[in-house]
Amino acid sequence: MQSRRTFIKSISAIAVGAALMSGGLAAQAADKSPIKVGILHSLSGTMAISETALKDMALMTIDEINKSGGVLGRQLEAVVVDPASDWPLFAEKGRQLLTQDKVAVTFGCWTSVSRKSVLPVYKELNGLLFYPVQYEGEELEKNVFYTGAAPNQQAIPAVEYLMSADGGGAKRFVLLGTDYVYPRTTNKILRAFLKSKGVADADIMEEYTPFGHADYQTIIAKIKKFAAEGKKTAVVSTINGDSNVPFYKELGNQGLKAKDVPVVAFSVGEEELRGVDTKPLVGHLAAWNYFMSLKNPANAAFTKKWADYAKANKLPGADKPITNDPMEATYIGIHMWKQAVEKAGTTDVDKVIAAVGGQKFNAPDGFTIEMDPKNHHLHKPVFIGEIKADGQFNVVWKTKGPIKAQPWSPYIAGNDKKKDAPEAK
Amino acid sequence: MQIEKLMITGLMAGLLLLSSAAHALSPESITSLTTGENEQRIDAIASVVNSGDSSAIPFLKNILNDEVKLADGKILIVSESGAIDAMTGEVVTLPEYPEDLINNNRMRNELDIAIAALSLRSSDDAVRLAAAKKLQQTSTSEAMLPLVRQAEKSEKRPKIRTLLVEIRAGIELYSSDKQLRLVAAHELAGSTSAQIRQSLTSRLELDGETDPEVRLAIEAAIESIEERLGYYEFAGTVFTGISLGSVLLLAALGLAITYGLMGVINMAHGEMMMLGAYSTYIVQNLFRQYMPEWFDGYVLAAIPVAFIVTALIGVVMERTVIRHLYGRPLETLLATWGISLILMQLVRTLFGAQNVQVENPNWMSGGIELSSNLVLPYNRIDIILFSVAVLLLIWLLLNKTRLGLFVRAVTQNRSMAGCVGVNTARVDTWAFALGSGVAGLAGVALAQIGNVGPDLGKTYIVDSFMVVVLGGVGQLAGTVYAALGMGITSKFLESFSGAVLAKIIVLVIVIIFIQKRPQGIFALKGRSVE
Amino acid sequence: MHSNYQPFLLRLLGNSRWVGYAVALTVICILIPVLNLAVPEDSALHLSDYTVSLLGKILCYAMVALAMDLVWGYTGILSLGHGIFFALGGYAFGMYLMREAADAGSQLPNFMVFLDWHEYPWYWAGSDSFIFTLLLVVLAPGLLAFIFGWFAFRSRIKGVYFSIITQALTYAFMLLFFRNETGFGGNNGFTDFKTILGIPIATAETRIVLFALSGLALLAMLWMSHRIVESKFGRVLTAIRDAESRVMFSGYNPLHYKLAIWTLSAMMCGVAGALYVPQVGIINPSEMSPANSIEIAIWTAVGGRGTLIGPLIGAGAVTALKSWFTASFPEYWLYFLGGLFIVVTLYMPQGVMGLGKKLLGKKS
Repeated sequence: MQSRRTFIKSISAIAVGAALMSGGLAAQAADKSPIKVGILHSLSGTMAISETALKDMALMTIDEINKSGGVLGRQLEAVVVDPASDWPLFAEKGRQLLTQDKVAVTFGCWTSVSRKSVLPVYKELNGLLFYPVQYEGEELEKNVFYTGAAPNQQAIPAVEYLMSADGGGAKRFVLLGTDYVYPRTTNKILRAFLKSKGVADADIMEEYTPFGHADYQTIIAKIKKFAAEGKKTAVVSTINGDSNVPFYKELGNQGLKAKDVPVVAFSVGEEELRGVDTKPLVGHLAAWNYFMSLKNPANAAFTKKWADYAKANKLPGADKPITNDPMEATYIGIHMWKQAVEKAGTTDVDKVIAAVGGQKFNAPDGFTIEMDPKNHHLHKPVFIGEIKADGQFNVVWKTKGPIKAQPWSPYIAGNDKKKDAPEAK
Repeated sequence: MQIEKLMITGLMAGLLLLSSAAHALSPESITSLTTGENEQRIDAIASVVNSGDSSAIPFLKNILNDEVKLADGKILIVSESGAIDAMTGEVVTLPEYPEDLINNNRMRNELDIAIAALSLRSSDDAVRLAAAKKLQQTSTSEAMLPLVRQAEKSEKRPKIRTLLVEIRAGIELYSSDKQLRLVAAHELAGSTSAQIRQSLTSRLELDGETDPEVRLAIEAAIESIEERLGYYEFAGTVFTGISLGSVLLLAALGLAITYGLMGVINMAHGEMMMLGAYSTYIVQNLFRQYMPEWFDGYVLAAIPVAFIVTALIGVVMERTVIRHLYGRPLETLLATWGISLILMQLVRTLFGAQNVQVENPNWMSGGIELSSNLVLPYNRIDIILFSVAVLLLIWLLLNKTRLGLFVRAVTQNRSMAGCVGVNTARVDTWAFALGSGVAGLAGVALAQIGNVGPDLGKTYIVDSFMVVVLGGVGQLAGTVYAALGMGITSKFLESFSGAVLAKIIVLVIVIIFIQKRPQGIFALKGRSVE
Repeated sequence: MHSNYQPFLLRLLGNSRWVGYAVALTVICILIPVLNLAVPEDSALHLSDYTVSLLGKILCYAMVALAMDLVWGYTGILSLGHGIFFALGGYAFGMYLMREAADAGSQLPNFMVFLDWHEYPWYWAGSDSFIFTLLLVVLAPGLLAFIFGWFAFRSRIKGVYFSIITQALTYAFMLLFFRNETGFGGNNGFTDFKTILGIPIATAETRIVLFALSGLALLAMLWMSHRIVESKFGRVLTAIRDAESRVMFSGYNPLHYKLAIWTLSAMMCGVAGALYVPQVGIINPSEMSPANSIEIAIWTAVGGRGTLIGPLIGAGAVTALKSWFTASFPEYWLYFLGGLFIVVTLYMPQGVMGLGKKLLGKKS
């Protein structure tokens, strides 16, 4: 029954699609060869934990598009390569995708350094990259579309929430992160933002730990000391994936409860909580643009599609399929690209870039979100979730609607002079 | 039949209890506690506290535990046995989509304080203690003063009484009566709470205390609290240092055996710890599935399992690879690195690249609170004890058993030991198995404090090698000193230089130290050096 | 009778080393550039930009493997921290490239603008000069190697001890370079280069010139290494490897020999790093991760220690295999690499070269 219904649905989708595109099709009827699409995510090495799911999500979306008739009447063909969490290898594989495989578009990268590594290649060869992960901003390139959050779409709303009565009315802040560019930048922006809200420097503590840090005893002691020295304190954590478990375990065992000192994290989502004993974490917060627990029809369809796909392809963890923010961003990115190609009537990179701006998509976050006509970032809603014992999030706050990204944060000196659009080549 | 009946009566009784509890609250309170904006609900909580009605506690707890749901205009208390209407106490069928009553941190905090305030007169000592602790740590309003005074009067337990005195004094610090303020300041001077120090400090701020005499008393109180907190802080740093040292020691002990005694560099040592941690994970899952009532004991069961698993893998490694490379330490290093890569990828294939979840058993969660700024977590204490136990066992094994004698003999003079009839090949296998097994034990401990994932071993490998090299080859005592030294040094550095620099500085110190004393803290003297 | 008939060409060929150099030179400087630039793209003989950049990378790795071989294969010092010298060379050259690509307004790279720095820190002094940069490329790793080596060798730290300490050293440097405040771009490192000496970096022509330069550098190092290992100096090194105490008793001071070859090896890595960075377009602290340095050792081991051609083969083969595996069977790459470590150490102590010799030896 179910399958027949989807079958009918897809038939009608094809029919509608065909009707819509018949004009364009007539001109291009000759070209039926598949369109190649590159997927550039690490499948081995340290980043495989996070990126493998994005590769699968991209494949699922491509599958979905192909089933509904492809793009411009052509099927999509995924070219998957593995840059193995090795940054120079990202550049090499990017070049391979663009010159050997001649892909029309690439979906990929997770860390900023991997994006920075492929960037020169995409600029040189005029490629097109969709980047699906929240990042520190301070970048705007013609060849890249950023479907993850800029700092003002994640960090700033989260801190505003902490300062509100419901968030606990925090007056003092611990900015805690792993020592690399994303936390440093985010914290710099936050510090300037907090200052603008009247928080004194003495009420902000910034702490960093090395990569893979596993001993958070001293840090927690410092947080406790800091929290006891003044009014309500909250912790803003940009601790990188692997260090989160020791951090939260220590937090729980040292008796620091979310009720007393809430921790809001920007890198802890459903996927990261999979390997964590969530009991001591209940009540701590995360800020994202999407949570799997959101209740709306688009998300219900999205999570179901993913669960079915995971089961059908026997993906690891298919018994407990999980969607998260970067996966949603990947999904949106591929659909936006598809729509742009259909609007442009071609896969030509320059024409597609011109067509992506202003695309709208009914996203699983429950909003119809738009690609900014100029600045290559999505307008996204922001949600604050409290961690529940089952590893999901309880949304306790959200923005009224999607908010526009500010890749050049106004809280960093000199950015007021930067243009809110990529430089023309 | 009989049992069924019993169960039903039991259930009814339980529901009756619940319902009577809810009944104690007026329907208006129930409505205002569960509906409307958070602000209104918080006001409702405050009025319940002011009424001092301790029969409201069960319903507040229901809200706190997310057991209250809303459906069809009714307020339901949902538990595993079913749902009842909070107003009437009637058993109702749970509708398909009840709406959750969402509590955020702020609500939970308010509920906690309310429950604590209402529990001050509980007959259970533990409940009163917890309540007093909770209130002492939060800023309490003047409205609670009568409640606290009353509780203080009737309190017999000195520990709880002290807390109550502090709570009362904290409130009275803002009294209009100078004498009361003065007494309060004196009373607070004996506290060890950073929270109280803070409220004293804020009392000294502008538009705070004006009377010079009281100001002096407050300043003296702050000084005395600070001095006491300082001691605890120092003790805390020492404890964290010892704790880190014990982790390093566990991670390095296995290496000290394989490298120190056998001269084998085992780069897959970290992966042995990783496998130990995964063994813990598997044992945990088995317990959860088959013996949930014994779940808290899984760690104890994991200890021998991890030891045996990793020791067996060690035997296989020794027999197939390392055996052929004796006398070629650099090659051993590379070959074991290869083994480590394979083991890591194997675990990725078997368990996935994601970290897996290892839960602390209840007796390892939480900690002993010595003061507001010093909590000694149970898992850390247990790991310190565990490392001492492992160390002791190894020492006994090496010094008091025949195998230990053979191992030492082979270490000191392999060919001579062989000549007098020691089967050196077998001793090698045993020693390597022992080293690997100890690494597995370290894995059990690491699983309780950090990640369990394929990369677990790589996090510790550089540190554990540093410990062994610093301690000196072939000396357990050296390893102990080195581990503790590195742990405490890095914790003291970390408290003022930050974690990143501390790590770098410690590495540099070790590197420089080794230039000075190439054979480590304890050098073997005599012929075996060269 | 036989010798009389030996034709001139054959006699020249007999001196196969020179033929090898000549052939390599032709391939690198003429054949590959022509195949890449002149042969049309649809021709079967065309060499794609992708292949050229891959080959360029391999050449740089080969230099590192060769440098490793001089200290490990010939002198018996296994370094697990050679990545640090490679990265330092890369960073030194990257500083120059970043200056060229600096923001037009502030004259500073973006990451410094972001740190609110208004001028270059002292250790960036001189990095705007190309000549000084070239010096820095060899001096920075050379100096570090000299200081570290002087202390280590003087204390007679050797064997695995030395290996482990070098590993700790590279790990400490990696952590240091990860920090934003260190002033080298944190974990993002240097990227998005624009020009070298004012010439745009992202063109096929620049790339092929860099490729040819890498090839020439490798050939020069190979020639230098030949001269070294065949000299008396080289023989003392080999003697140190085989029996250091006896060398000492014979009146040589191993410290000087070890220190000299160790420093030279670090400098070679620096040159390789400097050539590597503009070709791959990024340098960041992960080059200093202990795992990377161990991989260098395996290149040398696979090819064959104590031979000069071996490491080049090893570096090329392992890198090419990595490219192929990560594209075709990503899950199996680590199994393969791990297996390679074991098989090579257990069964091929002399690497591919040793295996080749054995096979040839059996035939004749």
